Amino acid sequence: MTVEAQRPMFDTNEMVLNMGPQHPSTHGVLRIVLHLDGERVADSDIVIGYLHRGIEKLSENRDWTQIILLTDRMDYVAAASTNLGYCETVEKLMSIEVPRRARYVRTVLNELQRIASHCLWLGTHAMDIGAMTVFLYAFRERELILDLFEEYCGARLTYNSQRIGGLPLDIPPGWDRKVLEFCDIMDSKVGEYETLLTHNRIWLERTRDIGIISGSEAVALGMCGPALRGSGVPRDVRKDEPYAAYDEMDFDVPIGDRGDTYDRYLVRLEEFRQSTRIIRQGIEGLPEGPFIGKVPRLIKPPAGETYHAIESPKGEIGFFIVSDGRSTNPYRFRVRSPSFCNLQALPRLIRGHLVADVVALIGSIDIVLGEVDR
Amino acid sequence: MVDIFVIPLLKIVILLNAILVSVSYMTLLERKVIAWVQSRLGPMRVGPRGVLQPIADALKLMIKEDITPAKADKWVFTLAPMMVLVPALIVFAVIPFGPEVNLFGRLEPLYITDINVGLLYIVSVASLGVYGIILGGWASNSKYPLLASLRASAQLISYEVAVTMTLVSMIVTAGTLSMVGIVEAQRESGLWFLFVQPVAFVLFFIGGLAETNRAPFDMPEAEQELTGGFHTEYSGMRFALFFLAEYANMIVISSVATTLFMGGWLRPFPAVEALGFLDLIPSWIWFISKTFAFLYVFLWIRATLPRYRYDQLMRLGWKVLIPIAIGNVVVSGVVKVLL
Amino acid sequence: MNNEQKPPTPEASGADSAQPPNNDQRQATASAKPEVTKPPAKKAPVTPTSPTDPAPPEDLEVPSFITALQAAYPNAIEQLSYWVGDWTVIVVPEHLIAVSEFLKDAPDGGFDLCSDVTVSDWPARPKRFDVVYCLYSTQHRYRVRLKVRTDENGAVPSVSDVWPAANWLEREVYDMFGVNITGHPDRRRILMPEEWQGYPQRKDYPLEGPGELLMEGPQDWLRLRNLDAENEGE
Repeated sequence: MTVEAQRPMFDTNEMVLNMGPQHPSTHGVLRIVLHLDGERVADSDIVIGYLHRGIEKLSENRDWTQIILLTDRMDYVAAASTNLGYCETVEKLMSIEVPRRARYVRTVLNELQRIASHCLWLGTHAMDIGAMTVFLYAFRERELILDLFEEYCGARLTYNSQRIGGLPLDIPPGWDRKVLEFCDIMDSKVGEYETLLTHNRIWLERTRDIGIISGSEAVALGMCGPALRGSGVPRDVRKDEPYAAYDEMDFDVPIGDRGDTYDRYLVRLEEFRQSTRIIRQGIEGLPEGPFIGKVPRLIKPPAGETYHAIESPKGEIGFFIVSDGRSTNPYRFRVRSPSFCNLQALPRLIRGHLVADVVALIGSIDIVLGEVDR
Repeated sequence: MVDIFVIPLLKIVILLNAILVSVSYMTLLERKVIAWVQSRLGPMRVGPRGVLQPIADALKLMIKEDITPAKADKWVFTLAPMMVLVPALIVFAVIPFGPEVNLFGRLEPLYITDINVGLLYIVSVASLGVYGIILGGWASNSKYPLLASLRASAQLISYEVAVTMTLVSMIVTAGTLSMVGIVEAQRESGLWFLFVQPVAFVLFFIGGLAETNRAPFDMPEAEQELTGGFHTEYSGMRFALFFLAEYANMIVISSVATTLFMGGWLRPFPAVEALGFLDLIPSWIWFISKTFAFLYVFLWIRATLPRYRYDQLMRLGWKVLIPIAIGNVVVSGVVKVLL
Repeated sequence: MNNEQKPPTPEASGADSAQPPNNDQRQATASAKPEVTKPPAKKAPVTPTSPTDPAPPEDLEVPSFITALQAAYPNAIEQLSYWVGDWTVIVVPEHLIAVSEFLKDAPDGGFDLCSDVTVSDWPARPKRFDVVYCLYSTQHRYRVRLKVRTDENGAVPSVSDVWPAANWLEREVYDMFGVNITGHPDRRRILMPEEWQGYPQRKDYPLEGPGELLMEGPQDWLRLRNLDAENEGE
């Protein structure tokens, strides 16, 4: 190492830059330590756990029905989906049959939730890249969905909207008509977002070929949801392992082909349209009947464990629940959150990109820290 | 005596006041216009429908605590914002708001002065603003504002080249460097130079967006960037001066664009006699309306477009705009000689 | 089995036996005659001793990749289990990597997506940890679970070479339960702060926090980390 003897003229060390837990673009309390080579990211380390509330351990001391409240607060942007995943897992464990009407309404709620979550994703992603107006427009639509949810279950963010065996309430009168009106509004608004962004030269330059990841690599890294589908992998829990009423619904799953940020954007934009399609089918074909199945008053699943996953807006959310058959609390409650697994792929995605792209990529994989840290 | 000292002094006082008030009300206009695009209302509380908001902002900034970083160079720290604002303001000395009009029995031109190298003066003075940015970043004695200020100044200088080339082609077309002369040339030819030199107009506008650090070229000062830009360490009135300088620059670019491309104080189709009734509207109102239209487009673009990444921005300036600008100069020269 | 308390016997009310006993009276008499009104001792909660791993029913066809696995690694599989439609293969830790690679590369398996790696803690059992690997095959759309039983120090090889997805998942397993995962490229805490002592999600870790110290103020936090003024010198 003779070079060590003379001081080099230019000391080219890597610079360590900290995108601290408080940062306008990290979508929550996320800390990314970037090792920069000039302006390019050579390596990065992601520090999470700032929002860890111990939900899994808390659930071991809560009733089976009380846990639904805890599931609201994990992915607080898509609470109805998390509720649904949990309730379905317990129903699987107890082999409870959910009535058809409840399954249809659950599907409608899940899809409304998907639109709401994607609205928030679109707004924040566009705002990070500089298009501030899309943020306001997307939130305007999200408000409509929140109003629908408020009419249904009384809350705008933490819904507590499912029960083990079905739903807590039947839908209010006139709600289905409002949902259909909303679908019409939403379809026209998606056209607005497309006009603003999809063929915009600047948007293309900021998102094309940024964060390319191949399908097999994405699967190996455990990615899921639209982030995985943007890389061309046709994996969607709604199609692969249908739950609720998805086996009776007719819809397409958009797949990207290049695996860059632009494809992930297009996938989610198309999911808006597919979701309204599913909602229309759900509402128009809504069967009559009870909204909750035959569930014992005291919920005590037989001893056993199971893993069940549904497709939340962020990806595959899985619940691994162990019941010991004796107590009114679960023995082990584990949530496999899609944001946690997608975030794992972030260091691989941002390697080699500029600092300005890090922000675009965090938005592109669509994480919610409540879900990452639980 | 009166002619040499009092009248220009009076004009300067009126103009400075008008510009400063306009600049502060530009902040309100920006917030309102962007809010309306985003289907919300903007500031509504202070004054009827928020009209007094800039006054509230000015008062707030004036009474804020004066924080200077510990090891910052105090004199330069205070000087830097001034060095950005003053050049932006003194450019208005040569901008013609109107021709000679009858005021109180005197024939007075509606501009402070008309030097025969007006355009050169504008270009040179406007470039001085870059010093202020570099000094601001350096005086903060902190590495992130320094880096950000160097990036911002690199952006400004790159686009200066493109803008200056565009102005050269305008000089070729108009045949004079004097601002009033350019307006007169437009009146004689009967056509706004916007139609004669559309490429130059587009280039000038894009270059103007980049010169003033406006979206989509506002990466150096975007909040989503890791650093807060060169004005991170500034607060209170010094920060206000940076801000005012940015809006003043916007008004400068808009006024210069109006003068060079949109006929200055001329009404549309100045040669057409049938539209003579448009002369009822005073010339300076025409000027101000056109400037206002430009400013509105600035705000409109900010509300709509995402922003460029820094390297894409530089690539656009050097690899796209400068070649086109130089080509435009050549073509203008050839056309001028042939016609 | 239910922890229902039997109400105190009517004799406890003493002189007021004619009137329906109400709580106040019971408590009044309880303070007057403590030796009579002792409430029955609460039964201690029964800690489950083992996870339930029911064997598959006789008439159910075992999936082909499991039979292939049993043929390839006969002494790797401890047990097969089936419950509400899910197959679980309980594997010996030493053969975990081999089984994982087999399942990933098997033509009728092809389990390329590691959905989840997690742990159940059964403290009454000598091998208290059940490390569960939930796998999914994108080709065949099939799920299977692998399970490994280990104790606090038993080495569990890391599968992050087989599935990079398991990287953070195993970090969380280490962080929350303290399972000794060997061969992990980056074995450090992920959700808890780096210098945290203890493994929070174990069953013997209190829900309220470390030790008996309930943190009610900044001084408690400092004291916990020996950073307060008294311990400054240490």
